[in-house]
Amino acid sequence: MNLTNRSKVVTNKQMTFVESLYLPAIFAGMWITIKHVFGKKATIKYPEKKREFSEIYRGQHVLKRDDEGRERCTACGLCALACPAEAITMIAAERQPGEENLYREEKYAKVYEINMLRCIYCGLCESACPKEAIFLTKKTVDSEYYRQAFIYGKDKLVEPVEKDKRIDVTKRQTPEVLQFKKLPNERHNI
Amino acid sequence: MIVYLIYKVALITTILLLSLLIAMYATLVERKFAGFIQDRYGPDRAGPWGILQPVCDGVKLFFKEEYMPNTADKFLYILGPCLTMMVSLLTSAVIPWGGTISIAGNNFPLQVASSSVDILYIFAVVSMGVYGIMIGGWASNNKFALLGAVRASSQMISYELAMGLAIASVILMTGTLSLQQTVDQQTSMWNVVYQPLAFLIFFICALAETNRAPFDLPECEGELVGGYHTEYSAMKLGFYLFSEYINMFISSAIMATLFFGGYHMPFIDKLGLSPNLLTLLGTAFLFVKIFLFLLLFIWVRWTLPRFRYDQLMKLGWKVLFPLALINLIITGIVMLLK
Amino acid sequence: MEKYIFFTLSGLAIFSAIMVLVSKRPVHSVLYLILCFFTIAGHYIMLNAQFLAVVHIIVYAGAIMVLFLFTLMLLNLNLANELRKSILARVTAVIAGGLLLVTLVAVLKGLDASGPIMANTQIGMTTNIGKVLFNEYMFPFEAASVLFLAAMVGAVMMVKKE
Repeated sequence: MNLTNRSKVVTNKQMTFVESLYLPAIFAGMWITIKHVFGKKATIKYPEKKREFSEIYRGQHVLKRDDEGRERCTACGLCALACPAEAITMIAAERQPGEENLYREEKYAKVYEINMLRCIYCGLCESACPKEAIFLTKKTVDSEYYRQAFIYGKDKLVEPVEKDKRIDVTKRQTPEVLQFKKLPNERHNI
Repeated sequence: MIVYLIYKVALITTILLLSLLIAMYATLVERKFAGFIQDRYGPDRAGPWGILQPVCDGVKLFFKEEYMPNTADKFLYILGPCLTMMVSLLTSAVIPWGGTISIAGNNFPLQVASSSVDILYIFAVVSMGVYGIMIGGWASNNKFALLGAVRASSQMISYELAMGLAIASVILMTGTLSLQQTVDQQTSMWNVVYQPLAFLIFFICALAETNRAPFDLPECEGELVGGYHTEYSAMKLGFYLFSEYINMFISSAIMATLFFGGYHMPFIDKLGLSPNLLTLLGTAFLFVKIFLFLLLFIWVRWTLPRFRYDQLMKLGWKVLFPLALINLIITGIVMLLK
Repeated sequence: MEKYIFFTLSGLAIFSAIMVLVSKRPVHSVLYLILCFFTIAGHYIMLNAQFLAVVHIIVYAGAIMVLFLFTLMLLNLNLANELRKSILARVTAVIAGGLLLVTLVAVLKGLDASGPIMANTQIGMTTNIGKVLFNEYMFPFEAASVLFLAAMVGAVMMVKKE
């Protein structure tokens, strides 16, 4: 059965005299290479020119805050469970009175760590999260000198409180989700 | 006499520096061209278009650690690269780089040494080229180096034969061993027109003699680590790598001289310029030819895959050698009938 | 000037010839032999026999010695496993060498070395050698060339047999 019509049956046939001279084949090869000399180059000269990233590129993670600047994560552990590389660990804690402006729910992640060397950037944590707390971003993970430095804690993962420094993830959400978020009775989605 | 001596020393120095410079930039041209062929840009970070890249490579090689294997034959280990370098530079002595320049009544030919046996001299020097590689490969006391050396020597001996026969048919036609006269005879028509097969054989053999792909079995990295220069580092390795490019340059010059009219430019006499200017123009034209041949060398290297060893021997002994012999016989018959 | 070059070359030739015999390693012997060939080629050039000199280098240093070196490299002769020669072999070698010496001395004795060596002769030039070879020594030359051609064709045939 042929999947494509490009397959070629290999035979061990005798070469004709012209073929056995090899010269036509050599000239054909040299013609191909000289064509590539004038062709378009595949290289993107990095420091001057950077490759365009897709809007839904899966890079370094971010832990989102809600509109009032409270952390959305409730340390439910679904992301850690979904993670195929077992890169995510967390320790949950109970919100104390007076911390309502810091954490959205009664339970929050005291420690939230992602090992960036283990992570395979598959984005399953993103789809597992029921609170829309974790997203992957366009930013690539920086290089470091030590392996220990690749275990990112909350200091690196949680986005800044300031409104103008928030990370926009609306492009990563499907139109359906964005529509759903507009429903007034589904408050937890905001 | 003194003027003559000064002129000779100046000419030798110029040619030496020029061959080194051209070999240096041949590495850059090679890397650039390879890049273009593979849809890349090649080195372009050191200076505009990577113009300083050869300098960087040279500096890097100079400051690398000199390493010598414990069990190496110390003297021969050092002698190997020196010999290779020396032999590659020796050939440039007899190549006529241009006509004569006359300054204040003195005629200065642009050829370091003209003897009556120029072509044989080139052949002798080329046949010496194998020693540097053999000695270096043997003295390293390493099996890969030894295998590379053995391959190099057998390859060079095999291809020297066909090369010699190809040159012999040219000699038969021109009737002279002097390169100067060979060039002068090509004013009306280049030798390649009469001897296309000899040129093709010579070119293939030149590829084999300079250990360039597709004949780079002596140093094929896939099988022999680095071939004969496996154990070499720093500037000794640099000498080996560098001499390959000098060899390329020199064999391009020989091909241009023997088959493509050397420093003769067609219709140059009709320009009506002064003789000195004509000489310089001719030299420039020779260098254009050499540059085109260098490009051809590089182009072939980045197009064709490496031969298998039995294919190499088969090509040398069963194809090129009989072809060169037949070519020689036909040339002889034609010369006899003429 | 020529005298100094002559003595330098001669000294070098004798030194390298002795070193061929004295060297412990066979590869060194071969390399000294190549050096010896080069000094002799130098002598040829001093006698204005450029063709002879170049052909000497091409044939002996460039082809035959490469084969020598080639074989020696593969043999891997170490000092440790060198065979002790038997007394009989040594005696034979001494007798053979002595006979060669006697012959050489006998030949050289009859040579008239009083006259100057012909430094300005043109006999070594390519054209002159060619004329001599193809006139006076036509038959031996052609016979030798046929022999060589047969050897070359034989080599090709040996490869082709496979």
